[in-house]
Amino acid sequence: MIRFEQVTKSFPATGGRESMVAVDELSLEAPTGQITVLVGPSGCGKTTSLRMINRMIDPTSGRILIDDQDIASVNPARLRRGIGYVIQSAGLFPHRTVVDNVATVPMLLGTGRKKARDRAREVLELVGLPGDFAERYPSQLSGGQQQRVGVARALAADPPVMLMDEPFSAVDPIVREQLQDEFLRLQDELGKTIVFVTHDIDEAIKLGDQVAVMRVGGRLAQLAEPAYLLAHPIDDFVADFVGRDRGYRALGFSEAPNLPMSNEPSVPLGTTPEEARAATSDRWLLVVDEEVPQGWVEPARIEAPIEPSMLDRGGTVARVHGPLRASLDAALSSPSRRGVLVDDDGRLVGTVRAADVVQAIERVERPEIDPAEIAPTAAPVE
Amino acid sequence: MDWSYVSDHWSQIMERAWQHTILAGVPLVLGLLIALPLGWLAARVRWLKPPLLGGSGLLYTIPSLALFVLMPVVLGTSIIARVNVIVAMTIYTLALLVRTVADALEAVPNAATQAATAMGYAPARRFLAVDLPLATPVIASGLRVAAVSNVSIVSVASLIGVSNLGIYLTSGYDRQYWTEIWVGLVSCILLAIVFDVIIQVVTRLLTPWQKACVA
Repeated sequence: MIRFEQVTKSFPATGGRESMVAVDELSLEAPTGQITVLVGPSGCGKTTSLRMINRMIDPTSGRILIDDQDIASVNPARLRRGIGYVIQSAGLFPHRTVVDNVATVPMLLGTGRKKARDRAREVLELVGLPGDFAERYPSQLSGGQQQRVGVARALAADPPVMLMDEPFSAVDPIVREQLQDEFLRLQDELGKTIVFVTHDIDEAIKLGDQVAVMRVGGRLAQLAEPAYLLAHPIDDFVADFVGRDRGYRALGFSEAPNLPMSNEPSVPLGTTPEEARAATSDRWLLVVDEEVPQGWVEPARIEAPIEPSMLDRGGTVARVHGPLRASLDAALSSPSRRGVLVDDDGRLVGTVRAADVVQAIERVERPEIDPAEIAPTAAPVE
Repeated sequence: MDWSYVSDHWSQIMERAWQHTILAGVPLVLGLLIALPLGWLAARVRWLKPPLLGGSGLLYTIPSLALFVLMPVVLGTSIIARVNVIVAMTIYTLALLVRTVADALEAVPNAATQAATAMGYAPARRFLAVDLPLATPVIASGLRVAAVSNVSIVSVASLIGVSNLGIYLTSGYDRQYWTEIWVGLVSCILLAIVFDVIIQVVTRLLTPWQKACVA
């Protein structure tokens, strides 16, 4: 567990710039084995807070404890070797091969070169970079691959604590989503204590076990689980920052119950127009390939056996007990207005209508508001 | 051009070339070794930068002949001692390299040095393991300039009687003997090229990642 106790960081006035409070009386706990996301607009002190945990910056006042040990009493270099650190541009060493980059911390800790490199290869495998990447230089990798190496390098010495400063911000949205998903999968396996900084509230909500929203001036605005944050932002600033579509986005956290499904007639690719017209009386017909939904066709309009190019692919597909957000989206996006549901292997199970999903949504309990947060609170006694 | 002069004096040419190599090469190494900590200081301590860079740059403006003549007075050596030339050439090397080293260290990507610190490198170890290797390409290009400049300035030392390839220029001029002047000129140029090639090869061996960047 990482604990901030009334931590303040102010930078003195230098060369015409006024002195500035970057972090103001921050008290916060990042529980062991969980992801705590610090999120806020630029200038809210989130990166400064992060960098105080590995003593890249020392607080002006207050204490930071890792597992009840005050880090001010630990030698900075030794402290840092026990804390994984990932930054936006990966910060790889351009003069070292990928495997030597990853072997850095084990070697700093005194592991022999060969053993450290073996370990590095293991970790590279873990982040999805198999053997032949190891001997390349960072400049020979794509941005996404560099970022994976950055994560591998932070994991190499198996530190209990990881600090991540906007690690996925510099890559394109598709790669970012991939990296986020893999990161969550990895964390499921490894259970590190992670403090993660981002300015992207969607990323915060997706990745965080708890999210700390910070406001300009380095003050903590609200600390809560993502679903709670969406349901009960504490004030206008947090509500604004969390953004629109809060109700819809919150559905991402609710697992779909047993929805009333209908059996959907379906035909395989290659079906002739006659067979297709015989298969349904509806305007739209679902096409599958080995039971995996491919898209919709209008039997009345086809004149040749069904090929992939004829399919309407507008409809999304949701897992049966996936998030309600996905089930609703499947129904809303389907040309037939019937949302396609599949099992964990992607095989067709049935379809569901938006109205039925909405009914299910109304039965889902929202996170209860913490009574302590119901305004107005009495002014704290000084 | 009298080719028989070259073959008759071959062993003498080789000897003077070797003397020239020592007079230009040893100061190159010494100058680099002194410029590294000075450049590091200039890059690291903000208020030290102007005096260090300004001061070392100023040294280069001292005429070489004046410096050669001044050295015995400062060092208490005899006028024709080679150590005079070596110390003077070290000063010139330094004058060129302090700025180069400072610039090279400042050009090391911030993300890499920050990451190194965050991973637990102590300052001295970080300098050797991260900053210095990454600064090598820029330092090497400064070293190439200094090497060529040294080879050319050393020949002036022949005026105060220190033996090197420059002797062919002064004596050839005195005797109006063109072959000798050509020998001095061409051998100086060849020596400068040798220095340059050696530095380039060593740099390439030290910076294998540079080649990978282009690929």
